[in-house]
Amino acid sequence: MDLLDFARGPALQWAAYILVAGTIWRIVGIVLLKEKPDFSEPRARGGLGAALKVIYTRSFTADPFKPATMYPKMLAYVMHLGLFAVVLLFVPHIMFFEGFLGFSWPGLPNNAIYVLGVAAVASGIALLVRRVTSPVLKLISNFDDYFSWLMTMLPMLTGLIMPLRFGVRYETLLAIHILSVAALMIWLPFGKLGHTFLVFITRGTTGMVFERRGAKT
Amino acid sequence: MRKDQNLGEYLRTQGVSRRGFLKFCSATASLMALPPSAVAQVAEALAAARRPSVIWLSFQECTGCTESLTRSHSPTVESLIFDAISLDYHHTLQAAAGHGAEAAREAAQEENKGKYILVVDGSIPLDNPAYSTIAGISNLDMLKASAKDCFAIVSVGTCAAFGGLPGANPNPTGAVAVSDIITDKPIINVSGCPPIPVVITGVLAHFLTFGTIPELDDLGRPAAFFGQNIHDRCYRRPFYERGQFAETFDDEGAKAGWCLYKLGCKGPITYNACATTKWNSGTSFPIESGHPCLGCSEPGFWDKGGFYEPLSTGRFDSGAKLAGAAVAGVALGAVAAASGRRRQAKYTKEG
Repeated sequence: MDLLDFARGPALQWAAYILVAGTIWRIVGIVLLKEKPDFSEPRARGGLGAALKVIYTRSFTADPFKPATMYPKMLAYVMHLGLFAVVLLFVPHIMFFEGFLGFSWPGLPNNAIYVLGVAAVASGIALLVRRVTSPVLKLISNFDDYFSWLMTMLPMLTGLIMPLRFGVRYETLLAIHILSVAALMIWLPFGKLGHTFLVFITRGTTGMVFERRGAKT
Repeated sequence: MRKDQNLGEYLRTQGVSRRGFLKFCSATASLMALPPSAVAQVAEALAAARRPSVIWLSFQECTGCTESLTRSHSPTVESLIFDAISLDYHHTLQAAAGHGAEAAREAAQEENKGKYILVVDGSIPLDNPAYSTIAGISNLDMLKASAKDCFAIVSVGTCAAFGGLPGANPNPTGAVAVSDIITDKPIINVSGCPPIPVVITGVLAHFLTFGTIPELDDLGRPAAFFGQNIHDRCYRRPFYERGQFAETFDDEGAKAGWCLYKLGCKGPITYNACATTKWNSGTSFPIESGHPCLGCSEPGFWDKGGFYEPLSTGRFDSGAKLAGAAVAGVALGAVAAASGRRRQAKYTKEG
């Protein structure tokens, strides 16, 4: 078994098991927790509508914070949208998903993906620079922040250097790329990257609680 | 070709003009990635070359490699170069058989001790010597005996170079490559199923010109021919970059000549000269004929998943194991939540 066979086979397979088990573990572990007792008189019902509202409104910066957060917010948008496009709209990736989902969707030309990928990586680097140069951000950052950044960037970087090659054989780069994806899949449920599947659950919960307490959302 | 003739004299008797010969030398030098200044040296050395003795052993193989060479675009200079070697033993091509033929092989080995080239096609079975024998001699014994005094070994075809089809899972004969057995001789792997004829003649031309083996890649293949992958040299590459793929063998994309990646093309992980030298007098190569590259010049190509399975497809087992992982996740989550609830109760009581 060569490195590519290992990456495409056992590495990816075990990463998928850990991703699925870990993700469900985190979600079930949170959902089944006992709800914190709220002794205040409810100002509103705090139902699904409240949850959906906050999921939407928290996607944008509130006016008072715009001057302070516009720059990182834009970078975060570019990084996330670039990541989304690279993962889901690059044709070889679509074929990977089709391999186990059984259906596919249209992709973007490779050159468009390269541009979006470079934009995503550049934004990621800019966000990291901001994190290490801002005293406040630096103070509240821990290993999880930096390691999660690395785990996200590695598949992007290893994917982007594949067309350039740098004298390394394609199959070696492909194997390294797949292994970096496997590492991301393994780390994803356990660190701050868990926001991938928790972001809407937590926002929705916040929305419901806030509305119940009469806070403006 | 008579033994006292050199190659230049022989080619002239076959009607090859000086211009035609130089054209071949230029092409060969170019294929071997030699500088233009080396063309004269190639021509001079080739013209003066005497017939080197070649002993060709065929083991667990399909004769496709020999067919590729002998039925290639004859009668070109390449095939005449092939004629110009002293093929002292090749049991598919020779008229003689049995002990007489074996005696001729042994005599040629003795006469050209340390100078002859040993060409091997086919893999060698190790599980049971009786799986493949010639004149009652096992492939293993014959290889060891013939390799002992050779100058170098050329493993022709993927079977000899890497085990090939006989070595594919479950490898019922315990087939191995030449390099798994012979470790004390230079081995040039000319892989492919079959290999490209001009690569064989290129290797011979290099040997005739310089008296050495060419520069090899990490798999022991001539770097000049196996240095780049099919994908990088493929004329359909622009379609790959534009995201234009044939989805089936008869759709509009296939008719328009779009990239065959989705149909399982292994071009990105296959190193060979198909896209540049092409086949059948430079007519085309498999991708040009509308079929994805199978990756036949790579080790273990039979076991790298389906030929029509796209390269980016993961290798997952059944979904049952993933479902098992999901169930495990639910169980772990329930345990974590129960533990959390206990802590919550404790804090609530304390608080």
